[in-house]
Amino acid sequence: MGEREELYRLPREELLSGGHQGISGYGGTIAVRQALKALGPNTVIVVPASAVATVGGLNTSTAWRIPFVHSLFECAPAMATGIRAALEIKGKTGVTLVSFAGDAGSADIGFQSLSGAAERDEDIIHVCYDDEAYLNTGGQAGGTTPAGAQTVNTPQGKPTGKKDLLSIIEAHGAGYVASASIAFPLDFIAKLRKAKERKGFRYLHILTPNPATWGFAADQTIHIARLAVDCGLWPLFEVEDGGRRVTYAPVRRVPVADYIRAQGRFRHLTGDQIAAMQAQVDASAGGGR
Amino acid sequence: MKLPTTPGAYQPGNMGVNPRTAGWKSKAPVLDAGKCDQCLKCWIYCPDAAVEVTADKVRFILDYCKGCGICAVECPTAAISMAGV
Repeated sequence: MGEREELYRLPREELLSGGHQGISGYGGTIAVRQALKALGPNTVIVVPASAVATVGGLNTSTAWRIPFVHSLFECAPAMATGIRAALEIKGKTGVTLVSFAGDAGSADIGFQSLSGAAERDEDIIHVCYDDEAYLNTGGQAGGTTPAGAQTVNTPQGKPTGKKDLLSIIEAHGAGYVASASIAFPLDFIAKLRKAKERKGFRYLHILTPNPATWGFAADQTIHIARLAVDCGLWPLFEVEDGGRRVTYAPVRRVPVADYIRAQGRFRHLTGDQIAAMQAQVDASAGGGR
Repeated sequence: MKLPTTPGAYQPGNMGVNPRTAGWKSKAPVLDAGKCDQCLKCWIYCPDAAVEVTADKVRFILDYCKGCGICAVECPTAAISMAGV
């Protein structure tokens, strides 16, 4: 089946209404829309304090057309766990439980509850949408901010590297772990569908570029997301019951410099620093990490 | 027990009714229907659910559109251009 046919077969129903408060060209809401095409209406979504939590609610209005629970920052997976337990007691089956957290709600502030849910093999899907900074509070650096990226509190570039949350969750022994990109929606949707069919703890990590803090024009969001994959910095893979599979391999890798030079947050990097990044990517070639 | 609620509040998707986002944009997409081959890329990449696909055509819901221009950049047949509003 071709790409076009697959897109035509996706549900047209919008479970996150237009009119939400996300900024123009924001990658996070693209990830939500694409995810909901796979998850469907019989889903409960738990979102901790994050950009996606704030865009979907304003005063007495909501953009969500599925049950939405706004949890505290540190406990979205724990709350999803509790909702699953309540549904089980009530005898309700067939509901997909998703905790949908940003990089801070997954890798940093939310890490203990994520790690706990993974270790207990709770019957939930956790999606981390990774915009590589604390957007809601002004774009500060966090655990998943990559080395060299300028943020409001790392004006000379972040001195340490990006936390590899995918490997960390994989090391918990989770049954299904996958990376994804908003530039490859059918890959993301196929992975979520596979996750949805499984039981136990499932983890997806999607890179969601943000024009405001990464420093690019709002119309470049998908282009930047695609460059991240095509240069090898953000490989697309899945790990199913310990078996690793690369789901998309670029025909020809683009230079890392193409991705770096397209973003204002890396503007200060020298040619030598970018060459070092290129060498790092080349060394991990094809590893799916 | 049924908890009291504010009438009309939190209806599913009610943020999409008379949205405040209608006035956010400085540019809006314009479709050249002759060039459009209905590939749905603009629809799947839109952050704002501002692309509606009916049986035979793509239509923009301008009240939802924030004018980011992703659709125009990603359109493989260059059928979408951005024009000032």
